[in-house]
Amino acid sequence: MLNNREDGGFFEKLKKGLEKTRKSLAESVNTMIFGEKVIDSDLFEELEAILVSADVGPVFTHELIEDMKETVMRKDLKNPETLKRILMEHMTLILKSTDAPLTIRRNGPYAIMVVGVNGTGKTTTIGKLAYDLKRQGHAVMLVAADTFRAAAIEQLGIWGQRVDVPLIKQKMGSDPSAVVYDAVQAALSRKTDVMIIDTAGRLHTKSNLMEELKKMKRIMGRELPGAPHEVLLVLDATTGQNAIVQAKIFNDEIGITGIVLTKLDGTSKGGIVVRIAKELRIPLRYIGIGEGLDDLRPFNSEEFVKAIFE
Amino acid sequence: MFESLTEKLDPIFRKLKGRGRLDEENVRQAMKDIRMALLEADVNFKVVKDFTEDVRSRAVGQEVFESITPGQQIVKIVHDRLVELMGGGSSHLRLANRFPAPIMLVGLQGCGKTTTAAKLAHHLSEKGRRVSLVSADIYRPAAIEQLKILAKELGAGFFEPRDLGDAVRICVEAIGEAHAKGYDTVIIDTAGRLHIDSEMMEELKRIQNAVNPSEILLVADAMSGQDAVSVAERFNELLGIDGVILTKMDGDARGGAALSVKAVTGKPIKFVGMGEKVDAIEVFHPERMASRILGMGDILTLVEKAQFAVDEKEARELEKKIRQDSFSLEDFRNQLTQIKKMGSLKDMLGMIPGLGKMKALKNVEPDEKELVRTAAIIDSMTRKERLNYQIIDGQRRKRIALGSGTTVQDVNRLLKNYAEMRKIMKKMTKGGMKSLRKGNFPF
Repeated sequence: MLNNREDGGFFEKLKKGLEKTRKSLAESVNTMIFGEKVIDSDLFEELEAILVSADVGPVFTHELIEDMKETVMRKDLKNPETLKRILMEHMTLILKSTDAPLTIRRNGPYAIMVVGVNGTGKTTTIGKLAYDLKRQGHAVMLVAADTFRAAAIEQLGIWGQRVDVPLIKQKMGSDPSAVVYDAVQAALSRKTDVMIIDTAGRLHTKSNLMEELKKMKRIMGRELPGAPHEVLLVLDATTGQNAIVQAKIFNDEIGITGIVLTKLDGTSKGGIVVRIAKELRIPLRYIGIGEGLDDLRPFNSEEFVKAIFE
Repeated sequence: MFESLTEKLDPIFRKLKGRGRLDEENVRQAMKDIRMALLEADVNFKVVKDFTEDVRSRAVGQEVFESITPGQQIVKIVHDRLVELMGGGSSHLRLANRFPAPIMLVGLQGCGKTTTAAKLAHHLSEKGRRVSLVSADIYRPAAIEQLKILAKELGAGFFEPRDLGDAVRICVEAIGEAHAKGYDTVIIDTAGRLHIDSEMMEELKRIQNAVNPSEILLVADAMSGQDAVSVAERFNELLGIDGVILTKMDGDARGGAALSVKAVTGKPIKFVGMGEKVDAIEVFHPERMASRILGMGDILTLVEKAQFAVDEKEARELEKKIRQDSFSLEDFRNQLTQIKKMGSLKDMLGMIPGLGKMKALKNVEPDEKELVRTAAIIDSMTRKERLNYQIIDGQRRKRIALGSGTTVQDVNRLLKNYAEMRKIMKKMTKGGMKSLRKGNFPF
């Protein structure tokens, strides 16, 4: 299942992963556009249906549509095909503001803390991320700071073996801050380039668990100035409008520096990304488009929008 | 943002108040807001369309009551219809006549199947069943180990697979072992999979054919977006599911997926997952879910209760005072009498959306006995003191305590709570809490 497929370039893979998305969105847009001869209110209604169904969110969709109506009027547009292009440009522009790949600074261990609600795919993302960073030549270390969920440590351990990187762990139920403390010491003495810290999934509404994250962050920063250098929030693309709330609260509580959007290989449209970009302006670092080791891809707004609309 | 849906709707009906019936035009306008609220709650686009059409036709022509605002009335119609649509059907598991009875859990990756399997095992054990757990997840690293640990914690049975080659064989062997060991229920935790992964979906079909489960339950995340329908549809088409378990309901997602999933499958939501502990599983309540989808706490019950108990003129008077920040201890004393008519204070507070989260409120949450004591303390004050609490110094406190048969500490506490309450009221009038505008209550 976790085969390392080598076929196609990035663009092809991305397209493949997003095939369903592309089909549903692009097909509806295309049918709509080639089926219709003029830009009228029906066209906008259909467009609204597409965006809302893609989890862009009703309010934001409304804004987008109003924007486009205005553009159509101002530029005196007649051609529905032009409208498609404008919508693409508009979405790309919004996403562009978050187009910032993760770059690892090479001066001492670079700490990446991975957080999110339960079941978004944190551990799997960490496995793929470790694989990617190792392939780039970094000495990577995994840190099992999810000491709460049954077998979470074992799960990360298996990824460590697969990717062949060391794992720092303690017993289940131990203090995650203590694990982090150990990990920093180990990373310093072993001259590790990147440490990736797996944390327990937690709903953003549980204030005691958010405090736990703050404590981990504090300990990390005390032992390793500047750490964590990256706090990645893992969001599930099948999540609806609550993803925004998650991002907002995690950001307010511990400060998010990047987002990973997972499970884009399903039929979920990932439209939530646009709303996140618009409202929060947190860089979108990666997208998860499959179960393979190399199915974690850097986010690229132009290719993302293209893959959806082409 | 739809904390006060009724408030948003009221202006549409302003002219309508107290006369005639809800007409086509204003109901249509109200439906726009209802539609946005439902979409914001992640109810599927198509489901929303059908739903609003249905409700619109029901609402048009209804009489406008004197007692509540037309906005509240519309919301009540919407709410009742939501309850109706999400209710119905038995929420019981059908496990009779099989020994052992297999229950199969299916769903996407990360929806909470394994945790749910453990919770369900706990739930059924409490009901006297002997439950064994088996993991058919031969793909996710440490998935089997996870279930094993949970089973051990629960004291439930666990099937240890001999080899990990074939999920179907593991299930068949697990049923055989459960039978031999005298377990009457086997919960099968399957691997998370995409509904469009035909190979993996085929595996589920093979497990179903091999063990013929008494119940196949789709586990769905309460935070799911628009796509929840295609997922539920596909699983239901293939397997003919018996029901749904909605997980992660302890978060703040509005959970529109509940309506979507019910709408496309017609299958009942049997349980909801409410937390990480094994006992955090509850039977599904359509009324609570409806209120949640509309983002309004249990405000309707509150409105009903309040209308029953609070004289409307008095309520208006009170509202004015709260707004002007002149809510005195005397008003407070009057309120205590009203509260007694309305039932448990804690329930009342819980019904107000957004209020449950206010930290400051924890100190203002008196128990029923406290109410009696509080009334006694206020009764022992002079009128001047009641109107201006700031003049109550140490001497006065001593006198009040003596008069009411309480202690100075009790008096201090009351005054502190009262001061805090005023602070909250200030917040309420500033924030979006004006939804309690009519038939409303100051807490």
